Amino acid sequence: MCLAIPGKILEIDDKSGMERCGRVDFGGVVRQVNLAMVPEAEVGHYVVVHVGLAISVVDEEEAQQVFGYLREMGELDELAEPAK
Amino acid sequence: MESEIEMTLACPAPLADNSRILMAHGAGGRQMQRLIEDLFGTAFRNPILDARHDSALLSLAAGQNRLAFSTDSYVVQPLFFAGSDIGALAVNGTVNDLAMGGARPLWLSAGFILEEGLSMATLRRVVDSMRAAADLAGVQIVTGDTKVVERGKGDQIFINTAGIGVVQHGAPLGPRQVEEGDSVLVSGDLGRHGMAIMMAREGLGFESAIESDCAPVAAPALALLEAGIAVHCMRDLTRGGLASALVEVSEGSGLSVEIAEESIPVDESVQSACELLGFDPLYVANEGRFAIWLPAADVERALEILRSYPVSAGSRAIGRVGAPGAGDVLLRTAIGSTRFVEMISGEQLPRIC
Amino acid sequence: MKYMQEYRDPALAREYAETLARITTRPWTLMEVCGGQTHAIVKYGLNEMLPQAIELVHGPGCPVCVTPVEQIDRACAIAARPEVIFCSFGDMLRVPGTTTDLLRVKAAGGDVRVVYSPLDAVKLAQANPEREVVFVAVGFETTAPANAMAVYQASALGVRNFSVLISHVLVPPAMEAILGSPRCRVNGFLAAGHVCVIMGLEEYYPISARYHVPIVATGFEPLDLLQGILMCVKQLEEGRAEVENQYSRAVRDEGNVPAQELMKRVFEVTPRKWRGIGEIPASGLGLRPEYRELDAELRFGVSDVRAEEDPECHSGLVLQGLEKPMECPMFGTRCTPDNPLGATMVSGEGACAAYYRYRRHATEATVGV
Repeated sequence: MCLAIPGKILEIDDKSGMERCGRVDFGGVVRQVNLAMVPEAEVGHYVVVHVGLAISVVDEEEAQQVFGYLREMGELDELAEPAK
Repeated sequence: MESEIEMTLACPAPLADNSRILMAHGAGGRQMQRLIEDLFGTAFRNPILDARHDSALLSLAAGQNRLAFSTDSYVVQPLFFAGSDIGALAVNGTVNDLAMGGARPLWLSAGFILEEGLSMATLRRVVDSMRAAADLAGVQIVTGDTKVVERGKGDQIFINTAGIGVVQHGAPLGPRQVEEGDSVLVSGDLGRHGMAIMMAREGLGFESAIESDCAPVAAPALALLEAGIAVHCMRDLTRGGLASALVEVSEGSGLSVEIAEESIPVDESVQSACELLGFDPLYVANEGRFAIWLPAADVERALEILRSYPVSAGSRAIGRVGAPGAGDVLLRTAIGSTRFVEMISGEQLPRIC
Repeated sequence: MKYMQEYRDPALAREYAETLARITTRPWTLMEVCGGQTHAIVKYGLNEMLPQAIELVHGPGCPVCVTPVEQIDRACAIAARPEVIFCSFGDMLRVPGTTTDLLRVKAAGGDVRVVYSPLDAVKLAQANPEREVVFVAVGFETTAPANAMAVYQASALGVRNFSVLISHVLVPPAMEAILGSPRCRVNGFLAAGHVCVIMGLEEYYPISARYHVPIVATGFEPLDLLQGILMCVKQLEEGRAEVENQYSRAVRDEGNVPAQELMKRVFEVTPRKWRGIGEIPASGLGLRPEYRELDAELRFGVSDVRAEEDPECHSGLVLQGLEKPMECPMFGTRCTPDNPLGATMVSGEGACAAYYRYRRHATEATVGV
């Protein structure tokens, strides 16, 4: 389950609580999204959206870890092994 | 006090209502005649149609003796969507089917099934669009039919068009002509029509600028043949998308085909719309795109010709025909692995998983 | 598309696959419990990029597949009623019930509509006060907040003609049921990334400890899956059994707290029958008493429905990872997407449908064995 796509918040309306909504841009396709579950989200943030509800704000720093993981792993393995 | 009721024997004529289709418009009487004259006859006007025979009388030029004949019905909803409408679709769809057989499309028939209550303004819009599409495609609408069904028994408008074209080039075309080593080309980016329709469905609530690619592709198709390119097979990529055409031709030729995901052109918004609904662009309908199977040696020249027409400016080579394997369509994915592409069962539906 | 395309880089995918091949010294069986991950693995041919020693099995991660037959039958019964506008996610429409499915009900005249969001179903109810709008609320924890929001909004706004047919399931009890089975051969789990976005990682620590299995919360793009698999195998090779977070760009340890609060407000934990598996205690969600008047099952009196599974269908074994789709004798012969025996062949995320659509033949590994 869980087809959820990251999109960029273009604008947030002035409603509060459970009705808080915004327009989110998914690579050229825009939709109204309920933002009540991500109160910390702001215009310009990327949010992960599932069936019209934003469920998480994308952490831009953590988003990079996939690319550096192998290199880090390699460095840690070298540290762990005694000098050959 | 009771009022006097005048009894008459004649059935009262309906009030003249020029704003909506009534059952009377399909009854074969004066109302229908007026509809045909004032709307269809005027919009589609050409010498063959103007003769108002029961059938259109067509003349072939000297040396023309092979005809292509095709028919298709159009039931799309909504009637008007970004980039096109049911009218243009009804013309281009049949024009393209004829062109895939190597024929120059010439004449179309247009049969209408109209729902009682349809607004005349809507019908006029569709008809005008058909005329414009016919002019662009170089065809004439030379005969037709009109029926009206009761409110609730038809989805506003159904259109059937049948078309005749003349085959001007001798070489046979079709899956059986496809050979091992052939290249496969597509004439442009995929998935626009299907996703434009999806985005237009109110229930889903998306705003997008995706427009249908509905267009005639006869000109570039015929240009290839005229230039002497040894085209083996052509297919327009309608329902079922590129994937279905590839599987069908592979089954018909008995040969496998390998395509590279990276080379398949898909516009960013179409890709996004597909991601949102869980659709695979390979299976999404197009209405202005076709695929070509031809010898590898002809690819460069073919691409040059295709790219000189706006409708096929985005033409790309996407794959190669391989060893025997009926129905085997192998996709090399963007991450370097391979998988088989199958015929889809039924239509794609928006998913949550 | 940002935060998607980058995670499909072929060069890095190859590096992950090569690293996996280098560190794997023994056979390992990993299970993923998310239909979306199954779909991605098969679509990107990730299986063939893994060393042969690593086997991926697919768990009961398709909420549509595990919806009990009775619930499908109830949905069809309600959808056939003339006063009802029946709203559903697309996945549900082709799933076979005992005698029919929602698409057939639609063909027979039922007003069945696909919606993208449960919130749209509430809007439909507001726009059509003279009709009864029913939404079939299936899903794992990922979808529960949206469904809870729909119920909450309808109740708060006084939308009386809206109700939901609930069939929500929870992942951790299913994982325990699988791990607790004597036939279980799973060594490590890829936890469903978006379920973890909502619930966080807390529930997985006791499972990991009790059964000594690594559990890695994993995303859905090829690089996410490859990294998740690598992290899991690394733990196994090193003899560790911990909970790790591969999908850290979206998953926080504590999960999405407002979403959890909303779920607790609207739903309560209940026992739930899983199609092909049977009843698992405390594995589902039902409406709390305050919201029970929005329960379509009660409103339409369809609780008393007798359902029958096709006895030949092996969905249950497939869902538990005990059988691969191709190992089922009916796969591709009596059971195809056009004529499915069970939900796993119909639902886009069902393992059987995924295998049928993307892999008819065995393919060789492209990276070293």
